[in-house]
Amino acid sequence: MPSNTLATLHPGDLATIVEIHADEALHKRLLALGFRSGKQIRLIRKASFSGPLQVRIGTTDILLRLNEAAKITVCQGTFRI
Amino acid sequence: MKRIALLGMPNTGKSTLFNRITGGTARVGNWPGITVELHSGKVMFGSDLVEIIDLPGLYDLHGFSDDEQVVRHFLHDNVPDLALVIVNATQIERQLSLLLQLKQLNMNIVVLLNMADEAKKYGIGIDDKKMSELLGLPIFLLSAKYGTGYAEAMLSVTKALRYPTPGMAEQLRSQLEQDVHLETEMAKVLQQAVHIPTQMPVNITEKLDRLLLHPWLGLPIFFGVMYLLFQGIFLFGQPLQNGVSWVFSWLREAAIAPLLSFLPGSLQGFLLDGLYNGVSTVAAFVPLIVLFFLFMAMVEDSGYLSRAAFLMDALMARLGLDGRSFVMLLMGFGCNVPALMGTRVMRSKSMRLLTMLVIPFSLCSARLQVFVFISAALFKPDTAALVLFSLYLFSFAAAILTALLFKHKFCNDEPFVLELPPYRFPTGYQIVMRGWLEIQHFLLRASKFIVSGVVLVWLLTNLPVSAAPASLDTLAGMIGVFLHPIFAPIGIDQQLTIALIFGAVAKEIVIGSLSVIYGLSGSALNGALTHHLDWVQAYSFMLFTLIYMPCISTIAILKSESKDLRYTLFSIAWSLVLAWLTSFIFYQGARALGY
Repeated sequence: MPSNTLATLHPGDLATIVEIHADEALHKRLLALGFRSGKQIRLIRKASFSGPLQVRIGTTDILLRLNEAAKITVCQGTFRI
Repeated sequence: MKRIALLGMPNTGKSTLFNRITGGTARVGNWPGITVELHSGKVMFGSDLVEIIDLPGLYDLHGFSDDEQVVRHFLHDNVPDLALVIVNATQIERQLSLLLQLKQLNMNIVVLLNMADEAKKYGIGIDDKKMSELLGLPIFLLSAKYGTGYAEAMLSVTKALRYPTPGMAEQLRSQLEQDVHLETEMAKVLQQAVHIPTQMPVNITEKLDRLLLHPWLGLPIFFGVMYLLFQGIFLFGQPLQNGVSWVFSWLREAAIAPLLSFLPGSLQGFLLDGLYNGVSTVAAFVPLIVLFFLFMAMVEDSGYLSRAAFLMDALMARLGLDGRSFVMLLMGFGCNVPALMGTRVMRSKSMRLLTMLVIPFSLCSARLQVFVFISAALFKPDTAALVLFSLYLFSFAAAILTALLFKHKFCNDEPFVLELPPYRFPTGYQIVMRGWLEIQHFLLRASKFIVSGVVLVWLLTNLPVSAAPASLDTLAGMIGVFLHPIFAPIGIDQQLTIALIFGAVAKEIVIGSLSVIYGLSGSALNGALTHHLDWVQAYSFMLFTLIYMPCISTIAILKSESKDLRYTLFSIAWSLVLAWLTSFIFYQGARALGY
């Protein structure tokens, strides 16, 4: 299973969070929104013109920009929907 | 008086619950230790009058966002007798962390698991008895929106208020760092008391998002929605506004003017054209603000505003703004005042300030009236339409330029990580409540400033008493003469400078003031304008009117929302500089080209 970041996933991809490389402020916000190593995350869609991503962790849908998503390493799951 | 603090993450329905408890009796107020105003209300619990405070939503008690700091400082300096912690039951999995952090502060806590109805739909089962046992806290499932479970929860609040208020230990901060302990406790509670299905059912939100956030259709639909919103507000707003001003002028003619007729002329003028006009200026905004927030509450509570952020972010991020700024900027084209108030949805202060710096450049409907009049007087019909369109382009350009120039000064330090809540039906109660609170806020904060501004302009244009009103002999005229070296290079003469001073009250007054200045009205004023101005001067005047300082009401709101006089003065100064430069380049350029 290749290791990449949240920013490189495609819509519909399911992955597992490996590590979050963010400064403290961003890290805390991500933690509170449910980002933790080992959690499953699904990329729902990407906005046009390199806009933000919509991801889902558990029951929460979250918007984040590409440069923030690039700080989250994920390990892609073996199946897609 | 005992004090209850409402605490919870954003999007938990905290404000809905607050409105349900206080029933519209809420006020904004200041608190020790913090600089922002909070909503609070006084309510009877049992036989005691209790003050309840709505604290801003926070994700993490140790977070660095503006709101998180506010909550921390508030709790530090105003220990509540009871903390009412609201948790979104559909997201209990991750929201439990905040509850556990708050529990460590040793406060009296009652936990409300809100949106219990939604959680049930998702198939999330919560054993509140078990959870209450594990956490050692009273826990209630309820729906703040529809009121189910509400009475029972409030009964327990009344009971909990009888306990003594615990003092908060000073070493709590360091104690609060034990997050590892929190993780294990969280896992234990979740495992034993909560059942979450592994696969969420495809719901209505997902289906709607497939359309509304569609890669190609999303943006056109968004602009369609914005157009309808805009039309809706101003279609209903304009007649209401006209109605209010009709009532005020009728009252003036029928009652107030005759009552004051025994007074000397200039004092009558001061009371009627100064003071009374100021009051009616304030009143004319009331229907507009109520309507704006009725519609805004729908957009916000339905969850569409976060979708707007998603759709517009790619463009707005380059300007240092986000999609929500764009919505407010668009609404500014109707009226800057409610649009500025609406920026409160943005929780990062710097981004809010940048958005508020940009909004006054939106060509509002008041300015449109001036431009329609002048362009109709000086241009052929087909050219006039083109002129109006070009002014809209200038308006956007001024906004974009301002954002680009100042995005580093108001650098947003909060990460753009937003929750995308599911679509929800806003209830009528929520919407009306929002309108009511906002109008209170506006009247309380801005009315004094607006009335004094209008009075000041009256004094400038009517003193000394010997001078004919709005003539060159008045204070305003003297200012016009004094400023002539500055305004001559942009083709604006002394008379027009007086009109600009009038325009500070409200931009639509510019036309009325021109008729006072030239002593003409109707088609005669048209004639006078064509006689006094050529098209280059007229266009330069319109450019200046578009960009130069916002009207007094907008300034009042800029000041009350930013709570920063320097920022407000900076905003005014920048708009004057930009207006002058734009008009200068246009006027001198056109003259150099031989027009």
